[in-house]
Amino acid sequence: MLVWSKSGRIATWAVAVPLFLLIYGLPIGVIVLASVSGQWNDILPTKLTLAHYSDAFRADSFDALKGSLVTGVVASGAALVCGTWAALALRKMKPVPRRILDLFFFIPSAVPSVSIGLGLLVAFSQPPLLLNGTKMIVLIAHFVLISAFTYGNVTAGLSRLPIDCEQVAESLGARPFYRLRRVTLPLLAPYLIAAFSLSFALSMGELGATVMVYPPGWVTLPVRIFSLSDRGAIFDAATMATILGAATLLVLIGLSRISTKAMVR
Amino acid sequence: MAEAAIAGPAPRTAPQSLWVVPPLLVLAVLFLYPLALIARASLGEEAPSFAAFEQVLKSGQFIDGLYHTVVIAISATAGCLVLGFILALVIAFVPFPGARLASRLIDTVIALPTFLVTLAFTFIYGSAGIINETLMHVLGLELPPINFLYSQWGVILAEVTVYTPFVMRPLLATFSLIDQAQIEVASSLGARPARIVRRIILPAALPALVAGGSLCLLLTVNEFGIVLFIGAKDVITLPLLIYSKAIQEFDYTTACVIAVVNVVLSLGLYTLYRIVVAHFGGKSAGVV
Repeated sequence: MLVWSKSGRIATWAVAVPLFLLIYGLPIGVIVLASVSGQWNDILPTKLTLAHYSDAFRADSFDALKGSLVTGVVASGAALVCGTWAALALRKMKPVPRRILDLFFFIPSAVPSVSIGLGLLVAFSQPPLLLNGTKMIVLIAHFVLISAFTYGNVTAGLSRLPIDCEQVAESLGARPFYRLRRVTLPLLAPYLIAAFSLSFALSMGELGATVMVYPPGWVTLPVRIFSLSDRGAIFDAATMATILGAATLLVLIGLSRISTKAMVR
Repeated sequence: MAEAAIAGPAPRTAPQSLWVVPPLLVLAVLFLYPLALIARASLGEEAPSFAAFEQVLKSGQFIDGLYHTVVIAISATAGCLVLGFILALVIAFVPFPGARLASRLIDTVIALPTFLVTLAFTFIYGSAGIINETLMHVLGLELPPINFLYSQWGVILAEVTVYTPFVMRPLLATFSLIDQAQIEVASSLGARPARIVRRIILPAALPALVAGGSLCLLLTVNEFGIVLFIGAKDVITLPLLIYSKAIQEFDYTTACVIAVVNVVLSLGLYTLYRIVVAHFGGKSAGVV
C-alpha cells in the first residue's frame, strides 16, 4: 500500500477511477450505444432501434462478417502450423544460427502492415505468381502479419515445457514422430490455443494490409466498417464494430476456457 | 575408423536442422520476395537509379508525412508512458475495488482493433459528439467549441488510448515483483508517496518503461487505422501516404520509395527494441 491515509486513498481513486472509465469505459460504451441508436441529435440518443443489427446480418455486411471469420480461421490455422513447425525445428539448433533464424521469424511483426500489403500487391501482380484480385492474396497478407506472433507464442510455450517428459519418452524408445504427436504437442496444446486465439484476434482487426490488397468480392469487417463510416453511416459502422469486438472477445474467452482446461489436465 | 566416428553424428544432425527449411521457404516467398520487389521497384522501372528516391525525398508531401509520423509517434509514446505509469501505479499500489477487472479490461483493449477507438471518439469528441452537444447546451453556443479531433491531437489522443496498455502490461508485471515490505518500511520511516515513487518504484520500473516505450514507438510509427479513420486532410503519416499513392493515385514507384523509408525506420526501431529488451532482460521486463 503506497498511500496510507484513508482520505488520501479516496482522493487517489477519485482521480484514477473516473480517468480510467473516461479512457477505456466511455469509448466502448458509446460504440455499443450508437449501435442501437436510431437518432442521435441531442446529448444522448433520442430513439433506440435494433434495425442496424438486422441490417448487419444481411447483404454486404453479412458477407464482410463471413469474410472476416473465414480469413481469420484460415490465416490463423496456417500461421499456427507454420509457427509451430518453425519453433520445433529451431529448438534443436545450435545457439548462433538459432538466434539469427529466431530474429528472422520475428521480423514480419516489425514491418508496417501497409508496406506488407504493398509488397504483396507488387509481387503478386506479375509472373510467376499472379494472385492479385483473388481472395488468396488477403489470406496471405493476414498470414504474413500474424505469423510472427504465432511463432513467438509457441516458442514461449516450448521454453516453459517440462523437458523430462520428452526425455523419458525418448529413453523408453519412442520414435521422434510418435513423441511429437503423443508427448510434445499435447503438452504444448494450451500454448497452441493461446497462439491461435491471439492471431485470430489480430486477423479480425487487420486493416492496413487488407485495404491494400482486397479484391471486390472479399471484404473483411474492418474494411466494411471503414467504408460505412467514410460515407457517413456511422451508426451502422458502430454496429459492425460492436459485432467485431464481441466476436473477437467471444473467441478469445472461449479458447482461453479450453486452454485452461487443457492446462489443468 | 576414425573418419567414420567423425562422420557418424553428421547425418543425424544435418536432417534435423533441415526441418527449418519449409517454414523458412514459406516466409521467403510470402514476405522477403515482396519486400525485395518493393526495394527494386523504388529504384525505377528500367536500369536501377536513385532518381525516384531523390525526387520523393525532396517532395513537400514526403517531408510533411515524415514530420507528422515522427511528431505523432513521439508525442503518443510520451503520453502512453505517463498515463501508463500513473494507471499501473494506482492499480498495483493503491488497489481499488475492481482493480483486477480494470487490468483485465486492459488486456482486452490490446486484442481489439485500433480504429475502434477512433470511431468511439467521433461520438464523444466529434463536432456533434456528446461533449460538444453538452457544452453547446450548457453554454448556449451556436458552434461546437471543441475541434481537436480532426487534427494531429486527435490522432495522438487515440494512439495514447490504444497503446497505453502496452506500457502497463510490463509495468504491472514489474510492480508485482517489487517487495511490498520495502515500500511499507520506507513509508513507516516517514517517506512520502512521491519520494517512494521516485526512489524505489521508478528505478525498478525503468526497464519496463524503456521496453514498453520503444514498443510503443514502433507501433505508433506503423499505425495506419487510426490515421485513416480520423481522415484529417493535413494529418498524413508515412503509412497513409503509401496507401494514398498506391491505391488512389496508382503511383507505385513513389509508394515503394516511401515504403522503403518506412520499413527501414521500423526495422531500426525494432532493433532498438530488441537491444533494450536483451539489455534489461526480457523476462524481468515482462514483455513478449
